[in-house]
Amino acid sequence: MGHVDGHAAITLPWWGALMVIAVASGKGGTGKTTIATNLAFVAAAGSQPVQLVDCDVDEPNCHIFLHPTITETHTEELLRPQVDQAACTLCGSCEITCRFHAIVCMKQQVLLFEHLCHGCGACAMVCPQKAIDEVPQPLGVVELGRAGAVHFAQGRLEVREARSAMLVRAVRRHQMPDGLIILDAPPGTACPVVAAMHGVDRALLVTEPTPFGLNDLKMAVAMLRQMGVPFAVVINQCDVGDARTIDYCKSEGIEVLAQIPSRRDIAEAYAEGRLIVECVPGVRRVFEHLLAALQGVPA
Amino acid sequence: MKIGVSAMGDSCDADVSPQFARCPYFVIVDSETRECEALGNTAQEASHGAGPMAVRELADRSVSVALAGKIGPNAEQALVAAGIEFVQAEGKISDAIEDYLRNAART
Repeated sequence: MGHVDGHAAITLPWWGALMVIAVASGKGGTGKTTIATNLAFVAAAGSQPVQLVDCDVDEPNCHIFLHPTITETHTEELLRPQVDQAACTLCGSCEITCRFHAIVCMKQQVLLFEHLCHGCGACAMVCPQKAIDEVPQPLGVVELGRAGAVHFAQGRLEVREARSAMLVRAVRRHQMPDGLIILDAPPGTACPVVAAMHGVDRALLVTEPTPFGLNDLKMAVAMLRQMGVPFAVVINQCDVGDARTIDYCKSEGIEVLAQIPSRRDIAEAYAEGRLIVECVPGVRRVFEHLLAALQGVPA
Repeated sequence: MKIGVSAMGDSCDADVSPQFARCPYFVIVDSETRECEALGNTAQEASHGAGPMAVRELADRSVSVALAGKIGPNAEQALVAAGIEFVQAEGKISDAIEDYLRNAART
């Protein structure tokens, strides 16, 4: 699949899922995975099929809480240009064409910067000598399986590989065609996150009420507004930090769907790799409310 | 010989930039005439590949030595391919140039 996919990755197909909800955050470590896994678990108690898609391919960790059985593994590849230096006339067409400055034509040779290359194939297309060949290179794997009623998909990036956005797109090609999809996005607001958020129906931004949490929340809000994705916020560890996050949400007209306190029993369940809806009393109700609100059903 | 300096300003009185590729200016000095030419660095704001872009800029101007505080791995590889020597430098550009030439004459 790698060959075709390397190029097809530019446009995302529409999967026709009933609804795709992405759990994201600007800042890392705010509780995305906790929210996503528990949300998927609670949703799977209903009648519709539910899939948890872990798009945090650099560090997928939803499996720690859901314990899925992996039944399918797909190897994803990326095309890497290979220059036949003997056939190359050092004309520089490849360098001019590459938007990422990944291929540079120097006096004696053409130089490829592998980690800047996006595998688009433009250099090979424009080379008048046909001196550039494209060879597949491992990018990572997409694993599919099941954790009880929850359908499961995750990407795992090859060690040393940095081009996570391409694997995120590959993971999303394995999204179920229907049902409710819950995506655990990578942290931040860079390319892999944009790839994860592309075409989702709504997003849930998880933040913590600290200056760092707020700063990164503002960046995530700006990203989602630009992408036209409707979103709401969950404030995790709402009793630490200060009131600036909630004040910001109020002044921006951003809905805060839930506030989760910093509690020892929640931290313990997390540390043991357990779902908080299963072992912390009263938490399930919060997730049912979240789910209803996100799906637009009155709670 | 031309020396390309990653610079904080557009003259020889400016400081050498601590970064090679993402510096505001390049100051190119002719070691024989001491003539000084400054150009704005288009790679400074590049989201990808600032290193290779900066090396391309210097290579196009036939620079044979590059001076900066620090260099990234991509730029280092590109400099080698372009046959440009990298020398770590800091402080005022005119002083850094004289230091470099003095050391080069000694070896």
